[in-house]
Order: sequence, then C-alpha cells, then structure tokens
Amino acid sequence: MQPLRIALVQMAPRLGLVEENLALHHEMLGRAREAGAGLVVFPELGLTGYLLQDLAAEVSMRRDDPRLTELAASAAGLSAVVSFVEESDDHRLFIAAALLEEGSVRFVHRKLFLPTYGLFDERRFFAAGEVVRAVDSRLGIRIGIAICEDFWHMAVPETLAMDGAQVLVNISASPGRDLAAINEVGLGTAGSWRNLMRTYAQLTTSFAIFCNRVGMDETISFWGGSEVIAPSGDALFSAPFFDEGLFLVDAELGDVRRERVALPLLRDERPELHLRELRRILAERTQMSVDDAGEPVPGVEAGPPKGASPAADASPARRSERRVR
Amino acid sequence: MSRVPGAEDFPGNGTGPLFELPPELAIDAGIARRVTVDFIRNQLRQAGFERTLLGLSGGIDSALVAFLAAEAVGPDNLLCVLMPYRTSSDSSVSDARLVVETLGCGDALVDISPMVDGYFGAAADPGAAGGEGLGAGPVRRGNLMARMRMAVLYDRSVTWGGLVAGTGNKTESLIGYTTLFGDSACAFNPIGDLYKSQVRQVAAFVGVPESIIRKAPSADLWPGQTDEAEAGFSYPELDRLLFWMVDKRRTDEELVAMGFPIAEVERVKRLVATSEFKRQVPPVAKLGPRTTGVDYLYPRRRPGSARR
Repeated sequence: MQPLRIALVQMAPRLGLVEENLALHHEMLGRAREAGAGLVVFPELGLTGYLLQDLAAEVSMRRDDPRLTELAASAAGLSAVVSFVEESDDHRLFIAAALLEEGSVRFVHRKLFLPTYGLFDERRFFAAGEVVRAVDSRLGIRIGIAICEDFWHMAVPETLAMDGAQVLVNISASPGRDLAAINEVGLGTAGSWRNLMRTYAQLTTSFAIFCNRVGMDETISFWGGSEVIAPSGDALFSAPFFDEGLFLVDAELGDVRRERVALPLLRDERPELHLRELRRILAERTQMSVDDAGEPVPGVEAGPPKGASPAADASPARRSERRVR
Repeated sequence: MSRVPGAEDFPGNGTGPLFELPPELAIDAGIARRVTVDFIRNQLRQAGFERTLLGLSGGIDSALVAFLAAEAVGPDNLLCVLMPYRTSSDSSVSDARLVVETLGCGDALVDISPMVDGYFGAAADPGAAGGEGLGAGPVRRGNLMARMRMAVLYDRSVTWGGLVAGTGNKTESLIGYTTLFGDSACAFNPIGDLYKSQVRQVAAFVGVPESIIRKAPSADLWPGQTDEAEAGFSYPELDRLLFWMVDKRRTDEELVAMGFPIAEVERVKRLVATSEFKRQVPPVAKLGPRTTGVDYLYPRRRPGSARR
C-alpha cells in the first residue's frame, strides 16, 4: 500500500478575517498538492480564528456557502479537513469541521463538547453537535474527525474507532498555559495532549492526527505541536511549538492492519457490555428501573441509587429485583 | 524542548545564587520568552502600531519588559522613559541607563518633581492642592507620582507613535501593591501573569544585567524604601503562598498544613480580596439591551479595530 502523505497546516488564523484565512487555505492546499499530499488537515476554526465571541454570528457560513464550495474545488484531488463556524437552517452556530473531497463538502462534524470553564466560554456562543460518526474517505479508509475538547471525552475516539475509523483526526485551537518547569515539555497543555493522542492511537490501534493552531487571539497563545501518532502509539512526527508551517508526514496505512493483527484490542472490545452498563448507570442516575438487559422498565420507579452497596456483589437477578421494588 | 534553566544556572559572580527560586514556581523560561515576545508583537500589529514605550524605573520588572520589547520590535521601535522624582535613588537612574545602553533603544528623561511638587507644594510653598497638600503622606505622594508617570507615558505615546507597555507583575497585582490608573495603566502587559520569582527567572534568562536582578525590589517612593520591608514579606515566600492559594486552589486549612502561618494566609487573602477592584474594569450599570462587558462581547482586537 502506498504511504499516505499527510500535510499538517499549523497556521495562525487571523481573528474574524475570513477572506484572509480563505486565501491562506487556498495557498496551503496548492502547496500540499505540489508536495504530493493525500490528506491535508487545517486546525480548529482555521477559517475564522478562535476567540470570536459575538463575532461568531458575523463569520458563520452555511454548509453550502459558495466560499466552502470554492475551497472544495481548490482541494480537488485531495482530502482536506477545514474548520469554520457553521450556521444551521434554524440559526444555531456550531464549531464545525468539513471533510472536502472530490470537489464537494463530503461530511461535516459538529463539535460535541464545548468547554465552558476556566478560560473557555464556548457554550455561551455555540450549540453542541449531536452526532459522532466516522466517514468513508476517497483514500480507501474511514476517518474519524473530532474537534479539540471532543478528545477530552474518551467516548469520542472510542466511538469513532468502533465505527470503523482507521485514522483519527483531532483539529484543535489549544491555548498554551501552565508553564511549570516540571512538565516534560515545559508546557502543561502540551504534555496532556501528547499523552492523550498516544493513548488513543494505541488503544484504538489507529493513526491519530493532531493539528493544533499557532498564533494569538487576544491574550491566548496557541502552541502548535501538531503530531501524527502511529497505531503503535509511537509518534511519527511532532511539529515545533509556536511556529507556523506546513508539515508533511508519510503514514504506512498497512500499519493499521499489522498492529490490529498483533494487538487485537478492537476485536476484543465488548461494546454490548459497555452499552448495558452505561444504560444501567444512566437509569440509576435518573432513578428509572432497568431490566437485566439494561432496558428501562416502563411505569416502574426505582428507589434512590444505593451508592454504598457494591454492585459487583449482587447477582443480576437480585439487582433488578431490588430496583423494581 | 531544551533543558529548563533554573536559579542554579545563574550563579552570578561567585557571590551566591542570583535569586531564590521556589521549585514549584520554576517555569520554562524559553517558552515564557517566546510567548511574551510574540504577545508584544501581536498586540502592536493588531492595533496598527510598530512602536512601544514604557516607564523604565531601574527595577527588574520594567527592565525585563524592555528586553522583551526590544526583542519583539527591535530597539529602534522602543522608547524607555526615565521619570525620576527628586528623592529617587541615584542607582535607579543609573540602572535604567544601563538597560538603555545594553539594548541601544530610544530613551527620554522626564523629571516629575515639578509636576508632583506643583500639586502638593514644596518646602513651605503650597501647590495646587493648597496648604493641606504640604502634609501629604507617603501613600498619597507615591500614588500621585505613579499617576504623573502614567500621564507622561500616555502623552509620549502620542509623540512617539507607540503603545504603552505595562510592567506590573502578578504578585503585586494580586496583593494590590499597585496604583490604580498609575503604574497599572497600560495598553497591554506581557509580564502580568508572572510572579516576581518568575520575573527574576526570565530576566536572568534574557540577560537583564545582574545588578538589577540582585537589588532589593523597591517602589522608590522614598529613600531607602523596599517592597519587602514595607509589606513585611519576602517575595519567594509570598509567591509560593499566592501560587498555592490562587493557581492551585488550596484551602486555608491545606495551606496551613503545608506550613504557611495562619496569620500570613489570612493577611494575604485579605490583600487579594480588598484589591479585587484594581484588577477589573469599572462596572457599568446595566440599563440598555446590550451593555459593554456584559452582553456586548467583542474581541478587543476585532477586525477594523486597528488605527490604520
């Protein structure tokens, strides 16, 4: 199998200046094509900048916006992940990532988890996506696309892998902070992201691509450090911190098969077990009764969850009995 | 990333460590330098300026900002304004001059004595404040000096065509050891999230002269004044306490268990709480449908905000 050449565009979007950012996207797509790339990845909100606040509604685009169509045309012959503020028909605003292929917008992922704590305030300005799906690519692989905070929730990379993704793509606008010298790489955020991406690549035996922006919005510096991690969990490439650049990384897609044969973690996954227990946990949280399959029992209200009683000791029969009591 | 420099990397001239650096406050000085230099460059570019200026006191904070600004925009685009009062120590001016000479940046000297004396009066001659002003104590006098320096800087920002860079550190901001609309007034502040101990670390890293790093921090509002004697704390200890209290969210009980004296914890907590107003923009009574800072929220550097 021909290696896939991945182009990571570690760019500094200009805040609110869509035309300038579009021009840079067109230029980078051209350069990536000349360099023989198959997949080009741009960072979160690369078309708009990150710290938009009330500007979000002024830079939003519909999925069929001619500017996106033009960008897709410019990406012909490539697969490109670009990110923008999507406005839906009912005027909700989403942080979105589009997969551009064969001259059109093939797929749009809407950011699922909107951090609204610490220095983040996303939920104030954006709606959260509802769907997590992998997508078939013209590259002959399935791709799982996620945006920044989505990967601080294990269910997202897990679900994407279960849905058949062999390549996980996380695009980010991660603000650098926590400069404590005891951190391995001098920047707390960077250390965390390195751990996450290596772990996800290894646990899902997939390629994990991290494309993080650089530059500054207001007081926040974005640290870059984009990476490609092999299905073994080893880093194939780590971009420098804070520097703009177009970085090319060759990935042997055959490594996915090799790794999954040698380390059949996905084969051994037990989604039905996970689902059953999640249903039980959800039911306990909402104080609904469930049967042994984890299905809610209509019309029966359970007592408060018995947090202190160790569930593992109770047989399924006794547990459900207790719950319908 | 390269190895992280610590205090032991800056031993000085065989006369003991250059400064005391509590281990939990050690940062990657290379990253701090990169981020703050980029920050200065970005703040200026986004506002449509190439030049910056600052008040250079001879102390470590403004010396560090001068070094970072010179790196960000080049010494030709940096103006350091020396603004001594007649009681300022000679070493303040000579240390400031050392920074200017080292960097090769622009400089100006403005003696603020007539401005301050013109208000409070001098000797037995009353100033604009009338006879009462002659008896003004050091706090009033210090605040006016800081505000006169601010007024000079903002006037010079017009003639120089640059933005005023702030030089206050995180320690003094958190405990409120600043003058509102005085030394805290600026267009942007590259070092406002660095504790004093971290300012020392970065200053040593970027090559601020050793004499400036070594000398006791002082607002130089009266002869012989030092911050630590005036406030009754040592910076490394205060920085540690603030770090665990603010950044690491430790409770009073936890801080005491870590070895901080309860009286010190309570005193510093009070300083932080009573100075909250100094760290925020003044509140506006909410009346209309859209109010700045409440539900009219735009990036300061939004498209079209640059002066040209």
